[in-house]
Amino acid sequence: MAEPLIVLDQVSHVFSTRSGQTRAVDDVSLVLEPGKVLCLVGESGSGKTTTARIAAGLTKPTGGTVRFHGDDIHRLTGDRFTEFRRAVQYIHQDPYASLNPVRDVFSTLATPLRRHRLVRGRDQARQRAVELLSEVDLTPAENFLAKFPHQLSGGQRQRVAVARALTLKPRLIIADEATSMLDVSIRISLLNVLQKLRDDLGVAFLFITHDLALAKYFGWQGSTAVMHQGRVVESGPTPQVINNPSHEYTKALLDAIPVPDPDLARRRAART
Amino acid sequence: MRSKSGFAGFIVFVLLVLLAVIGPLFTPQLVTDVTAVYLPPSGAHWLGTDSEGRDILVQMINGGRPVILVGVLAGAISTLIAIVFGSLGAYLGGWVDSVIVSVTDIVLTVPQIILLAVLASLYTLDSPWLLAVILGAFAWPYLLRSVRAQVFSLKEREYVEAAQLLDLGTPHILFREILPNMASFIMMNFVVTMTNAIYALVGLYFLGLAPIVDDNWGAMLNKAWTRGAIFFSDSLFYVLAPIIAISILQLSLVTMTRSFEEILNPRLRQS
Amino acid sequence: MEPILSVRDLVVEYRTAAGPVRAVRGVSFDLYPHESLALIGESGCGKTTLGLALLRLLPKLGSVPSGEVLYRRRGGEVVDLLKLDREELRRFRWSEAAMVFQGSMNSLNPLLRVRDQMRDTVRAHRRMPADELGRLVKDVLRKVQLDPERVLPAYPHELSGGMKQRVLIAMSLLLDPQILVLDEPTTALDIRTQRAIVDVLHELRAQLGFAMIFVSHDLPLAAELADRVATMYAGRIIELGGVRDLFYRPRHPYTVGLLGAVPPVVGDLPELTSIPGGPPSLLALPPGCPFQPRCGYAEADCEAAEPDLAAVAAGHTAACHHRDRVSYARKPAAGGSAPDERVASGG
Repeated sequence: MAEPLIVLDQVSHVFSTRSGQTRAVDDVSLVLEPGKVLCLVGESGSGKTTTARIAAGLTKPTGGTVRFHGDDIHRLTGDRFTEFRRAVQYIHQDPYASLNPVRDVFSTLATPLRRHRLVRGRDQARQRAVELLSEVDLTPAENFLAKFPHQLSGGQRQRVAVARALTLKPRLIIADEATSMLDVSIRISLLNVLQKLRDDLGVAFLFITHDLALAKYFGWQGSTAVMHQGRVVESGPTPQVINNPSHEYTKALLDAIPVPDPDLARRRAART
Repeated sequence: MRSKSGFAGFIVFVLLVLLAVIGPLFTPQLVTDVTAVYLPPSGAHWLGTDSEGRDILVQMINGGRPVILVGVLAGAISTLIAIVFGSLGAYLGGWVDSVIVSVTDIVLTVPQIILLAVLASLYTLDSPWLLAVILGAFAWPYLLRSVRAQVFSLKEREYVEAAQLLDLGTPHILFREILPNMASFIMMNFVVTMTNAIYALVGLYFLGLAPIVDDNWGAMLNKAWTRGAIFFSDSLFYVLAPIIAISILQLSLVTMTRSFEEILNPRLRQS
Repeated sequence: MEPILSVRDLVVEYRTAAGPVRAVRGVSFDLYPHESLALIGESGCGKTTLGLALLRLLPKLGSVPSGEVLYRRRGGEVVDLLKLDREELRRFRWSEAAMVFQGSMNSLNPLLRVRDQMRDTVRAHRRMPADELGRLVKDVLRKVQLDPERVLPAYPHELSGGMKQRVLIAMSLLLDPQILVLDEPTTALDIRTQRAIVDVLHELRAQLGFAMIFVSHDLPLAAELADRVATMYAGRIIELGGVRDLFYRPRHPYTVGLLGAVPPVVGDLPELTSIPGGPPSLLALPPGCPFQPRCGYAEADCEAAEPDLAAVAAGHTAACHHRDRVSYARKPAAGGSAPDERVASGG
């Protein structure tokens, strides 16, 4: 087994609110390996988004440590921190909010490229931007460079967000419900883009979703962890967790999902 | 061009500025003629004459530049202070924000008129820069609070977080990601600050707190008032002319703000 | 059997800055008593607009330039809902047909307790002595599996999303309507809460026998709840039939595409497909069939004329020139194996 990229070691996060304290994440340990997919599944309030944000370094956990190549990410400084920041990227759920509305696509992609000196000059930036857009199947890429977010559909915006995440050549992409706000018929195409990145570039994924069926599709060759009330109640290879769950909660979740098969649905309803 | 009134306001403002800047180059010298005091409008003097027999129209044209200049400067100074410190405080939080908020609150509690009167009695407020700085110094607290509130809300946006994830750096995020989304908000605040500064300036001259060194609109009002021009129908224009000029300027500024949202927001530019 | 609701050539228009836009471009269907009809489509297809138009709940900028919505009253009399005056419409709404809106968890007044809102709803439509009203309210809450003692004195923010949704369903049933229209009844709810709502709706239909129209983008939901399904695209119904017809024998390429894009959680790992491109702008529809730019079956005649709904089998119509060629068979993906143990073992 290769050295893991990110390790969540007994991570906890407690929110203090007026009505007391909530344990959003409770003693969670996860390992994210290079080139592998880990799906994190749970309902709202399960702590999956908080866990994702902790893994991305966006939220500092109140307990436990997050390690990147063995180092605590919240103690990294200077070059080591930059290395972490480049290696771990994040895609938000809402494609209507994750792109800066006053920047066009070229600017959105060129800014990080230039800032981190990955390109020199406007022409190189343009060329690289076209490459990135092709990587996410936004072609012909030249047509998209001058577009503003409001001129793009939700699916296109998500792809630009993915292209932006790719600018720093990350090793791990954390996708937080990246397809929830997209139409059903477009979801799969975005997932296929992500799968292509995994296959071609060896990018690892932490895929957050409430939809077990999507976790099954995207993470079939990887693993799945099910979260409930801040804890990981079950985890293992995806085929096992989905088709042969051991924890009651996982079973309850699987039973609850509507089946796109009328006869099957009626049979199941008759049973209960 | 969706906002016709906004565009109209902009055109009027541009014309006024041109008139104020270029006009004085073409106006004849003002001649003091004691025999021609408070003459009603006529062919020779389109708006009549003032208490010293000087042409009012010429003074109208000459008198715009100092007012507009100080207004723009005051607006610029206060907007700059408000933007820089308001956004830094909101974005960085912590003790930086606390300090900025405390200073702002202190300045807010200072009574403007009284301080102006005190300053006027201690110093001669003749230079436009001095006036601009003083007026600007009173306007920035309100502006800072609005900027701070806006940045507070914008910094939670996902695209800001995306920029943080890409390690783009705080100055870049503040000034290249957040503030451009506030462009029309900033412009509007600048214009509003300007209109307030102009009113305050005219008020200063009117109350005699600022020394009268040239024939600007405020000075005209002061003289018209102190020399009884409002009591005679013949000399009414001495009072009306600056009032109308100031009103047109302010109106053009305010209506101009209607088109800012359209100009500065890419979403609205498309049809 | 006579339909309880007949929609004929309904057109709904919105006034926009770019001119009038037809969100619904000529929809016709029948709803039979006790039946459940699903209107399935993605964003922008006009399904929500259609749902709102049926009960004349369109926003100010919306209008119905043509079409009929014929409703059969309990006595047998048929009226065109579009022609009712305000008073008749008020009496019609809630007691003959009721609607549960999208995002309805936010439809409750945050300042009123549930008991007050439910009372207000009844009183707005009927005069009833207080004790009878109290019994009615408690009764209907129990029907949606809520405990009246817990829910009635509560404010909306004290209830969970699922509970609020059930309160709204209960409120819609207060006056025993013949038709219930629901817009995205399970969206934004957790999976298990969704299941609870689906079960509640099953129960209610069995007990009370109302006809139901529900609007959703969630195809599997139709498999669970619907007797008949209509898929919508670009403002029109492009396929209409029994639930088995649509799921096992779809004849419109868009329906096939939708089915192919839903990953099933049970069973093998299939190969999924997405539909290339995106839905057309209603301001600039493609010539002929609006789906044709994205359609794998498209040919020259598809650009020439927009197809109407035509019969494919008994009670099953599809709006496609090439409906006889359209077929659907889910293919398992390479590498997917896992036998369907769960269903065999009883779940």
